[in-house]
Amino acid sequence: MSDMTRRSILQGAAAAGLAGGTLLDMARAFAQESPWKPEAGATLNVLRWKRFVQAEDDAFMKMVDAYSKAFNVKVNVSNESFDDMQPKASVAANTGTGPDLVWGLHSTPQLFPEKCLPMGDVADYLGKKYGGWFPAAEAYGKSGGKWIAIPVAVNGGYINYRISSVNKAGFKEVPKDTAGFLELCKALKKNNTPSGFALGHASGDANSWLHWILWSHNAWLVDKDDKIIINSPETAKALEYCKALSDTFIEGCASWNDSSNNKAFLAGDLHLTSNGISIYVAAKTDGAKGDARMKALAEDIDHAYFPIGPLGKPAELQLAFPILAFSFTKVPNASKAFVAFMMEAQNYNPWLEGAQGYLSHTLAAYDKNPVWTADPKTTVFRDAAKRTLPASGLGTLSPKVAAAIADFVVVDMFARYCTGQEDLKTTMKTAERAAQRIFR
Amino acid sequence: MTDAAIASTATGRSTWERVTSHRDWMGFWFMTPAALILIMFLAYPLGLGVWLSFTDAKIGKAGSFVGIENYEWLSDDTVFWGAVFFTLGYTIIASIIKFGLGLYVALLLNKNLPFKALLRSIVLIPYIVPTVLSAIAFWWIFDSQFSIISWSLTKMGLIDHNINFLGDPWNARLCLIAVNIWRGVPFVAITLLAGLQTVSPSLYEAATIDGASRWQNFRFVTYPLLTPIIAVVMTFSVLFTFTDFQLIWAMTRGGPVNSTHLMATLSFQRAIVGGSLGEGAAISTAMIPFLLAAIGFSWFGLQKRKWQQGGDND
Repeated sequence: MSDMTRRSILQGAAAAGLAGGTLLDMARAFAQESPWKPEAGATLNVLRWKRFVQAEDDAFMKMVDAYSKAFNVKVNVSNESFDDMQPKASVAANTGTGPDLVWGLHSTPQLFPEKCLPMGDVADYLGKKYGGWFPAAEAYGKSGGKWIAIPVAVNGGYINYRISSVNKAGFKEVPKDTAGFLELCKALKKNNTPSGFALGHASGDANSWLHWILWSHNAWLVDKDDKIIINSPETAKALEYCKALSDTFIEGCASWNDSSNNKAFLAGDLHLTSNGISIYVAAKTDGAKGDARMKALAEDIDHAYFPIGPLGKPAELQLAFPILAFSFTKVPNASKAFVAFMMEAQNYNPWLEGAQGYLSHTLAAYDKNPVWTADPKTTVFRDAAKRTLPASGLGTLSPKVAAAIADFVVVDMFARYCTGQEDLKTTMKTAERAAQRIFR
Repeated sequence: MTDAAIASTATGRSTWERVTSHRDWMGFWFMTPAALILIMFLAYPLGLGVWLSFTDAKIGKAGSFVGIENYEWLSDDTVFWGAVFFTLGYTIIASIIKFGLGLYVALLLNKNLPFKALLRSIVLIPYIVPTVLSAIAFWWIFDSQFSIISWSLTKMGLIDHNINFLGDPWNARLCLIAVNIWRGVPFVAITLLAGLQTVSPSLYEAATIDGASRWQNFRFVTYPLLTPIIAVVMTFSVLFTFTDFQLIWAMTRGGPVNSTHLMATLSFQRAIVGGSLGEGAAISTAMIPFLLAAIGFSWFGLQKRKWQQGGDND
């Protein structure tokens, strides 16, 4: 290494086609130059969501290994399902003991901002180096104007559909407007190739597509001053649209969790849903292993943006994956070094490639990653972090917004009406009251 | 020298020695470890929970005293009342059926059956399988797309579409009650079986000589002698059912549309998932009167029999 400079190593690693062959060298160079020097004998405990794409996890663990060796820090990684991430993080925040770093979902850091280690220095370092943060990413990373987490990535959730079924229903592609989209779903139902979207407590899928329905109708939980405005004529229209849409769904959507639509789609029962790219990746992976049915399925899958509603512009809630370090950590420097390290180009680029579109970047420079153009079926997911609104919609991200998302206020409002539990006015009133309870 | 010191010297024993060795103090010392454990792990958390219910504590924030505000919000909360009624229905229906089936199984197992020991072990299986595992198995059994029940009935030509087990509120409630019964029957059965085996055969012989039928044997010999153990087993059964959590959380998470929330799961949802510790604690605290009523009914209703203290029944 004596004749190598840090710059030459980094350039070499980048030029090596993001293959990660010099990952450890890069890690060592980064360790020398890193503004954050891990504490002596540091052990880092990282809790992350359980992967949906194996190659993403493999790339992540390679990066963890390189960090561990270069920084001489032992790293323990544990995984939890989406649904269990927030309870685990909340308990750790409240008890002051647990993992040092939590790579979680949505607005988890905003649930307990004062328990998060300030991350302004890491955010500034990465933002300056990689073309700046997308606005929604910044919203997810900040609370009260201060960085409390780093928005590592966004999981783009978009329309997953079977090309043949959509064509058979008389459509060349998924319509770009909500009215046309409803017609497509009706035609799919008629052909016994139904669509289906989660109406249960699916933290990722249900929150994502039902906020799209709400927002695309220009209906919001709170306005820009965080005043509750859910009980509105626009919400009523969104509910009516959702009810008409849900009448075309496959049975059982009210009981679905985040994995239910993946299983039904891969089994061939479901022909259109909203999801990350994981369904396509699973089919492609199994197809590559010789499963002919999965190979054919992967060829028949494509993705589309959520249609535009009466609002007239994209209104999506994508699943953000922010990472936070707890203020109680005994290894703040090791934590910051880890977060910065995972978002360096030499790590982040192969990681994005490994994720195969499941993770979308939050820093502008990564628009150029070849994963977004190598397979046109992934291109839609490139723009997830750019198109998404923060979970607060018009309002400010806060513990209250995080609680409303975690408590499924919007999801339950739609589910109650779509399943006939409550009429239009009652379900809006119930949601309004639930929001008042949270925002009091 | 003070009088006390003189007295102590006179008796040859210090106060400390007397406290540590006198038989009147021994009971206190033997009780102390258990009392400390109960105070630390039962009384303190219970008191803390009740206190939290009067605060606006959030995850990571201590909160301040808000009086009965949390209870006021709950009093007008349809999800909370839905959880209260489902908890009551879940507990009452499941407990009655568990008692009926458990008693029936216990009576069967008390007979001289071939492979008696093996059968008794098999009966216990649902109880010893970790709840989460059996709940996940049932989650698949009741899956809206992949249910083996729907699949079998479709193959037999009895239905033409899958049964919406967990997507329909009433179906979901009934499925959860059925799984709770499946899981709880062995506990009732084996405990009652232990009680049955303490009944002396001579009592049955005497009753039979007096011309008692099988029903009369059960009604006037078995049942009265089982009453104390029924009181104990039903108290525990009701408490376990009322405070059930794992089954619901693993199978439905309180869905669809909050129709299967028990008070325990709703409390967890609001406190830990939603971050409103104060409100979650209020829901938990609201369980206490129901639990006390259940215990009171079991002990004063089922056990208040004078003959147990040597007298006649009223």
